[in-house]
Amino acid sequence: MDFEKYLRIDKLPHIWCPGCGHGTILNSFIRAFAESGLDQDKTVVISGIGCSGRATGYLNFDTLHTTHGRAIAFAAGVKMANPGLNVVVMTGDGDGSAIGGNHLIHAARRNIDLTVILFNNQIYGMTGGQFSPMTPTGDQATTAPYGNIDQNFDLAKLVEGAGGGFIARGATHDPRQLKKIYLAALKHKGFSFVESFSQCPVSYGRQNKAGDAVEMLKKQQEDTVSFKKWQELSFEEKQGKYPLGILKEVENPESEYTESYQKIIKKLKKEEAF
Amino acid sequence: MKTKIFKPKKSAVLTQGNQAVVEGALAAGVEFFAGYPITPASEIAEGFARELPQIGGKFLQMEDEIAGMAAVIGASLAGKKAITATSGPGFALKQENLGFATMIEVPVVVVNVQRVGPSTGLPTAPSQGDVMQTRWGRNGDQEIIALAPSSVAESYELTIKAVNLSEKFRQPVVLLLDEVIGHLREKIHLKSKEEIEIYNRKKPESNQNSDQFLPYQLTDDLIPPMADYGSGFKYHTSGLFHDQSGFPDGKKETAKFMQDRLHNKLHNNLDQIIFYEKNIRSDDNAAVLSYGSAARAAISTVNTARKDNLKAGWFKLQTIWPFAEEAVAELAAQVDTIIVPELNQGQLIREVKKAAAGRAKVIGINSYAGDLIRPEEIRALLEEVL
Amino acid sequence: MSRYEIRLSGAGGQGMILAGIILAESGVMVDDLNVSQSQSYGPESRGGASRAEVVFDEDQIDFPKVIKPDLLVCLTQEAFNQYGEDLKNYGVIIADSRIDTTKLKDKLKNNLYQLNILDLAANKIGKEISANMVVLGIIAKIIQKKIPVEFIKKAIIEKVPPQTVDDNMEAFELGFQLKLDKRSYAYGRI
Repeated sequence: MDFEKYLRIDKLPHIWCPGCGHGTILNSFIRAFAESGLDQDKTVVISGIGCSGRATGYLNFDTLHTTHGRAIAFAAGVKMANPGLNVVVMTGDGDGSAIGGNHLIHAARRNIDLTVILFNNQIYGMTGGQFSPMTPTGDQATTAPYGNIDQNFDLAKLVEGAGGGFIARGATHDPRQLKKIYLAALKHKGFSFVESFSQCPVSYGRQNKAGDAVEMLKKQQEDTVSFKKWQELSFEEKQGKYPLGILKEVENPESEYTESYQKIIKKLKKEEAF
Repeated sequence: MKTKIFKPKKSAVLTQGNQAVVEGALAAGVEFFAGYPITPASEIAEGFARELPQIGGKFLQMEDEIAGMAAVIGASLAGKKAITATSGPGFALKQENLGFATMIEVPVVVVNVQRVGPSTGLPTAPSQGDVMQTRWGRNGDQEIIALAPSSVAESYELTIKAVNLSEKFRQPVVLLLDEVIGHLREKIHLKSKEEIEIYNRKKPESNQNSDQFLPYQLTDDLIPPMADYGSGFKYHTSGLFHDQSGFPDGKKETAKFMQDRLHNKLHNNLDQIIFYEKNIRSDDNAAVLSYGSAARAAISTVNTARKDNLKAGWFKLQTIWPFAEEAVAELAAQVDTIIVPELNQGQLIREVKKAAAGRAKVIGINSYAGDLIRPEEIRALLEEVL
Repeated sequence: MSRYEIRLSGAGGQGMILAGIILAESGVMVDDLNVSQSQSYGPESRGGASRAEVVFDEDQIDFPKVIKPDLLVCLTQEAFNQYGEDLKNYGVIIADSRIDTTKLKDKLKNNLYQLNILDLAANKIGKEISANMVVLGIIAKIIQKKIPVEFIKKAIIEKVPPQTVDDNMEAFELGFQLKLDKRSYAYGRI
């Protein structure tokens, strides 16, 4: 398959550090998109600020690099104005769970047809390693020099609580699974959310003596388990483990937001005709 | 419950200022509203919620003010004329994305029905306290277009103008109402479609090769054609300084070039952007210069003062940003005194003084606790200076 | 008519703002008459002071608010205390009969009409909330030379909920039938 047409080759090499997992996410996304059958010309990719925000620059679609945390809110405007467009959001853990957390939960609540890919490298990477809401308790960060006392989020549960219909988690140590998840997310009619574990050997790894990318990926593999296996684990065994895969998929295209609005428009038109 | 159906209205109607904004926007081709409820602007959101789906447009109540601003920018990129409305505290929250709209040159209209601040202030009382917030509320130097209607009829007219200016110059436009104008009901005459001039954004030729498309192309008028999302151009837009291709190049020359272009695309066309009305006779010694609701007392005062043979005239700004520097300089050369009534502690008067440059005495009358300036206050000052 | 200013004042929930809007709507029906209508808003809109203003003018209306009312309606003591003295020379005050007006009685002399508006609404219609329609009936009589009574009735029908039209029209008629002695002030300056 021709994957190059989805990239802006002249913008490469990318700015991400050696060993960064974000390229793996981008790679998996492109493979998923190629398989999805969606029209490249009718697809908009929107990002916020931070390392993840730069993804849009390398992707050959209509792309929008917005303000910090707001990508989902811009995306809602695009999708609502033209529901015929496929709208994908690429956001980071700081972007999407801290400054933009409100937009995430409300987009999930509305069930608006966006595909949100959250790059979770557990740190503010581009700005040099400040802790994010996804940094584990006890870890080091430049703004947590005595250890992080914040508790980190379980974003999948957050989005589920907000009403999200498609919730999944993937990780860069398993790009094949990532691709499969993205493909299912792109095809889901309604709001879909994919938390994507990524490694940051520079801004996170160095401070936390986590080793190089390979060691970080090994650790990522140890900390995760397939959703199927996870369900069989005891309460004790689940501690510190994250399930990977599609965690929830409820088909409810009727409640999709732009569809619901379209119904109002149609109803008003009918009444006018009488 | 039976839904009320949108019908063409009779031409003479009693309309509230906020509703006139809705009517004006629809007349100008607006098809999208996103925002967040706030007093005293909520009637605008309510109006759009009722009327937009009736014409196939979209209304979106967002989770906060910031999201409302983001969504209208997104809708505009998707090809729809889009508008949002708020009041001072909400306007403060919208500022970052308003700067983004300026940077990426997206036409949107932001209505601010001003109330007394700072902070929660007086939510149901009028103010002109956001004049400088409108001009300087964002990081960085940048121009903004701001119009300030002084009546319900002008709210209608200037909303149409605001939409047109935003489309023409690929530029966010702020419409500054205040609580009195927003809630005032007046008899106005709605125009028919044929009577309204509408400007639509310039788009690239559809047969243009998308590989060669430059979303920020340098054109003679400095306003690049804008492609709708989904029309096949696959272009990139960023809040970082970018070259003609839309991509950031990290060069300081690009940052300077772009800022100059953003400035010049407006400043080369001030005659199309700056609107004002005036009535100054050759022998008038004083002028009352005003905008927004303060203009009503100003004009009323001058009209009655002239009946008593006072030599006074009036000057009403409809565009407050960019400031009508040349016209005000000319006024200062003509009269001895310029009185500037404002519902704030003296904001636009700074620009008036700068433009007058000592050629006329500039005196403010200020009300900033929620009361309108009354004609008798201006009259007393006029008598003092004449 | 030359500039004519009406202020309706009372407590929140007495329908003063609706009465103001109805008057303004009736003014719109008159060709070449300009109308400005405003009100004080606020959290006090239930129970606290409430004020609606209407300005009519054949010329352009410059200042949109009441400067000195030609016609002032006060339904509460608080409203009377606050606005009673603002009246224009030869203006008219319609005050509810429950209001103690002694303080300004000498000053207002023939300008003051005290009418049992709230009692009429409560006893004859059974709803004190209809007081605003009684008020409209009184005003319709005073300004009928300039705004036809039919226009005000039409505006009422357009603005009140359909199932309340009969009650509202009955209250309007009660107000309209109230006796105002033909002192020149009442009909004078229109």
